[in-house]
Amino acid sequence: MTRSAESGGHALLEVRGLRASVGGLEILKGADLTVKTGEVHAIMGPNGSGKSTFANVLAGKPDYEITGGQALFQGQDLLAMEPEIRSRLGVFLAFQYPLELPGVRAWQFLKAAVDAQRVHVGEEELSARAFDRMLKEKIELVEIDPELVKRAVNEGFSGGEKKRNEILQMAVLQPKLAILDETDSGLDIDALRIVSDGVNKLRNESNAVVLVTHYQRILNYITPDQVHVLIDGRIVRSGGPELAHELEERGYDWIKEAVDAGV
Amino acid sequence: MTAPRVISRTGATSEELDTDYKWGFTIDIDSDLAPKGLSEDVVRLISAKKGEPEWMLEWRLKAYRYWVKLNQAEPKWANIHHPEIDFNDIYYYAAPKSKDDAPKSLDEVDPEILEAFEKLGIPLAEREKLAGVAVDAVLDSVSVATTYQESLEKAGVIFCSMSEAIKNHPDLVKKYIGSVVPYGDNFYASLNSAVFSDGSFAYIPKGVRCPMELMTYFRINQADSGQFERTLIIAEEGAYVSYLEGCTAPARKTHQLHAAVVELVAMDDAEIKYSTLQNWFPGDKEGKGGVYNFVTKRGIAQGKNSKISWTQVETGSAITWKYPSVILKGDNSVGEFYSVALVNNYQQADTGTKMIHIGKNTKSTIVAKGISAGHGSATYRGLVKIMPTADGARNFTQCDSLLVGDQCGAHTVPYIEVRNPTAQMEHEASTSKVSDEQVFYCQQRGISVEDAHYMIINGFCRGIFQELPFEFAMEASQLLKVSLEGAVG
Repeated sequence: MTRSAESGGHALLEVRGLRASVGGLEILKGADLTVKTGEVHAIMGPNGSGKSTFANVLAGKPDYEITGGQALFQGQDLLAMEPEIRSRLGVFLAFQYPLELPGVRAWQFLKAAVDAQRVHVGEEELSARAFDRMLKEKIELVEIDPELVKRAVNEGFSGGEKKRNEILQMAVLQPKLAILDETDSGLDIDALRIVSDGVNKLRNESNAVVLVTHYQRILNYITPDQVHVLIDGRIVRSGGPELAHELEERGYDWIKEAVDAGV
Repeated sequence: MTAPRVISRTGATSEELDTDYKWGFTIDIDSDLAPKGLSEDVVRLISAKKGEPEWMLEWRLKAYRYWVKLNQAEPKWANIHHPEIDFNDIYYYAAPKSKDDAPKSLDEVDPEILEAFEKLGIPLAEREKLAGVAVDAVLDSVSVATTYQESLEKAGVIFCSMSEAIKNHPDLVKKYIGSVVPYGDNFYASLNSAVFSDGSFAYIPKGVRCPMELMTYFRINQADSGQFERTLIIAEEGAYVSYLEGCTAPARKTHQLHAAVVELVAMDDAEIKYSTLQNWFPGDKEGKGGVYNFVTKRGIAQGKNSKISWTQVETGSAITWKYPSVILKGDNSVGEFYSVALVNNYQQADTGTKMIHIGKNTKSTIVAKGISAGHGSATYRGLVKIMPTADGARNFTQCDSLLVGDQCGAHTVPYIEVRNPTAQMEHEASTSKVSDEQVFYCQQRGISVEDAHYMIINGFCRGIFQELPFEFAMEASQLLKVSLEGAVG
């Protein structure tokens, strides 16, 4: 099922001329992206093109210095917000390398996250029982081993378990904008299917997904509305799902050459 | 005996500090004070105030004379730094002023004191929420109230203040006091032996499982006073007791000295579980004020299959110097030490344990977690000693340090002495930092920087908190949160 960009969703994220550097080195050099509700966008690009930086900057990772441009989330200045506020308003980043929190039970971590979100919008914290019920549903939805939430967050998890756990967190927090940073990397084909199924089940008309990926592979499972190519800190080409197939066949060099030639 | 002068003063005179330490208020009561400084007269005065028998006074005087011979040679080996302590500028005896200083029925306790303990979260009225925990409340030098004494008596358990024990159970006290920590053990133990004013005494008779948790709540109130309590717990054959202690003090600019001694004796098949939440005033953000907590705690697992377990959560005090230890004398006896020590601002902690294996097949476990934040310095210092007689002894030691920020320090000084080739020793140690990536990960899930640190540090301490009685574990976790304030964010 492909949704068109003109499907009538309203603008969730508007990035204009975003520039960011780390340690004095400019990585993003004027990136633009508009994401509407109900859409799935894929951002592809060669290694070192700035894909992860783009994802991290939107989530508010402190290592980066924003040197220009803007990013609006539901019309609000995203870049002015603390990372936790962005999260509570509905921006979710599935980490490329999810962190281990030794001794911190996943259950407790998830409950704290849900409660922080609820309190931020003026709702009560969930009772342990209500949270349990909700968590159980989400665990079934994303087909994750229920034992994982009894363990410490990501501690001793396999690579695949960590990625699945990210999708569980996404299911629990129900973000408006989910940015998946190379969630497909390092997954075997079964894990990739489970993760993709999870994302597909969580998609709806009022949220949006941005898939940051190096490979076309995941796009066989999650069909994007738009594919963007990020090279040297800029989105240099956008198109439909067919662009991803073209990249898979021809690599990135032809686009680089075209960009360099000013085409 | 000369009649020493007794002076009395009202409430607090030393300036109080403005801090976030919420237990830092002063209880406004009149106090009886011995004159500042230490002399044989002061020792005699303390003993007289308590109406002690001659043997007790003699023991105190021996300790005092021994201490004088030490010529203020405090132990210098610990990784702590403080200006010289003027032992003549301390009140060695301070008692809430009342008809006499023996604990009385709750109806007779000064309402001001009851209210103060209520404010500290330790209601002494038995109908209130600490139901199920017997509390001995010690204010400055004396025990002001002990709850649930009757129900304990029915079970044959003696739980009272040390002063009462000396009066009512002199044979037990005489037999065991100084048997685990002799008065000549170390500088502060000698000082304590000379001037100890009160503390708790518990005796669990043969085969009795103490029907409730026993708790002592220590409170320093008087300015410039030292607190020197002495606790003695004896578990006879097959007995079991779980004992808790908590401590707070007002926030004052000057340092206060707390030099306690705790002795535990476990006979055949007996078990003593001793838990501490130490929350003495830690000083302010610049390191002004705070309690010097120089404490000697030791238990002897005397009988076969006996067990002594220390669990401590140390978040308070400007300086902590303590090494709750176990002498594993009985065959198959077990010693455990679980510790969380948190230092923030300019706090210093040099703490750990000694496990001395003497009996066969003795087993000890040490899990020590140090958390350093601000400019704090935390040192784990431990000794595991396997004597030639201790065939089949085993020890497992784990020391983990967690750093918050880049101005703090963590040190680990483990000593291992093995004199029996059958011993099995395991030692693990780690040092980690709360990483920016971990904090960002939490933030990305909506959790604030402060809560993220709190959560990560709690996770780090999880194995220790599990060893605490449930209500204490909740309080310990809250304490960590409060103690970390200002360290992050």
